[in-house]
Amino acid sequence: MQCCQPDCENEATVHLTEIVDGQMKKIDLCEECAKEQGVTDPKGFALADLLLGLGAASEMESGSGELECPACGFAQADFKKSGRLGCSDCYATFAEPLEGMLKQMHKGTQHVGKVPKALRQEMDFTKHRQQLEKQLSKAIETEDYEQAALVRDQLRGLDVPPEEPVEPLEPKPKSAKSVKGGEA
Amino acid sequence: MELRKFLSSTTDLSTCEGPQDHVVLSSRVRLARNVTGRPFPGRAKKASRVETCQFIQPAIAAASLMRGGFSESMEPLQALDKQLLVERHLISREHAAKGAGSGLVLSKDETLSVMINEEDHLRMQALLPGLQVKQVWKKMDKFDTSLEKKLDFAFDAQLGYLTACPTNLGTGIRVSAMLHLPGLVLTDQVNQIVQAVTKLGHAVRGLYGEGTEALGHLFQVSNQMTLGESEADIIERIHKVVLQVIEHEENARQTLLRTKAKELYNHIGRAYGTLAHAHIVSSKETMNQLSLLRLGVKLELFKGLTTPMLDELFLLSQPAHMQELVGEKLSGEERDLHRADLLRKHLGKVKGLKLPE
Repeated sequence: MQCCQPDCENEATVHLTEIVDGQMKKIDLCEECAKEQGVTDPKGFALADLLLGLGAASEMESGSGELECPACGFAQADFKKSGRLGCSDCYATFAEPLEGMLKQMHKGTQHVGKVPKALRQEMDFTKHRQQLEKQLSKAIETEDYEQAALVRDQLRGLDVPPEEPVEPLEPKPKSAKSVKGGEA
Repeated sequence: MELRKFLSSTTDLSTCEGPQDHVVLSSRVRLARNVTGRPFPGRAKKASRVETCQFIQPAIAAASLMRGGFSESMEPLQALDKQLLVERHLISREHAAKGAGSGLVLSKDETLSVMINEEDHLRMQALLPGLQVKQVWKKMDKFDTSLEKKLDFAFDAQLGYLTACPTNLGTGIRVSAMLHLPGLVLTDQVNQIVQAVTKLGHAVRGLYGEGTEALGHLFQVSNQMTLGESEADIIERIHKVVLQVIEHEENARQTLLRTKAKELYNHIGRAYGTLAHAHIVSSKETMNQLSLLRLGVKLELFKGLTTPMLDELFLLSQPAHMQELVGEKLSGEERDLHRADLLRKHLGKVKGLKLPE
């Protein structure tokens, strides 16, 4: 079999099967072209690149300077090596370099699934507020001032978050943790 | 308690039936969770991992769904114990390599398992037979919520549940179905299907997860994206994709019966001949031939053979289960001898092969 690179007539000795967008692609290269393409260099195929696709590791690298997580001391170079983060705080530390990668990796960058019960109330509040703000600007746009005034009053009401916990009390708050969730 | 005394018998495990189990062997949901204020297991030092494990393990073992379950550190488990767990899909191969500072909690019926300090602090899995992705999520969801009272999970309003690997971020969910697709393999259509499923954003893997071969015509379909989509949507998509694949597999089986019946009977008849009469047989060959027998049973070509029996033989012929059955450590060659004995004993006496002339 001949090397598949243009203008190369050498015998292909390196055979690669790649899956790009679900399509199987076969590449046959001679020793020389393979080296040129970085195929024989194991570093050319960083694990994170393979797993995360689309040069994820190099994207992390291009961030400004060498960031380090204040909580666990994890550095960008560590991520490049393992493709894993050090602790939950790392997500705040590396938020910027991670953003592009997450966009490529996932359907979106805003979580829309399950929320722990203790946080749900707080998040519902924010969401409710955003919905009302949307309604308000829509009402103003359509010059429905009656509706606008109504929504505005509702929004004003939200500015004073309810003092009493809406969460039902834990039957037996045993530890500090359950006290936090239920407000003893 | 000793693990081997705890584990259900292979007969009990193999008798459970589920919807669509002519194609879907099992449905599984895995959730990745971490607790706040502690480094992820990959970053934590041993002492910190041990401490985290001691903190998490009792909280899980005390959950009502874990009543009568098994809870142990990975340290005292022997290599064979761990391999048994891998063969039952109760722990990952990565977790089997762990020792002190990692742990395991299993529910009594083995449908719920939690790996502590694998890649994340918690990797929880729920498993049900047949196509039951929605039901299995319900079970997992309930269990996860019950743990919230005791464990403070690392969560961010934008990024959702925070995980060691960004690929699990958000919901931390991996939903998968184990599919038996001999029809698509024999009609040479399986690559097409795999490509189509991959295009829809799903991963297709072999029997033991990432990087494993599709032995026994078994394929695992799972979601890949975990952020930006709700659990319910992810599950709905997997459910739809699996229904499609089932339809294709059914069609392929009918096509085989209609147009290539002789070829099909030949495959199934030879599989039976091999397993009922061989004296040395590898686990790989066993899995592939048992798969063909399973197809034969589902096409009602056998009278005396049942799927629970085949599923049990499938599990028993795996290396660790083989050694557990014989009761001693066996080399590869010895296993091949014992495996053949086991298969001859069970399959040799089966009467009523209905393969048409």
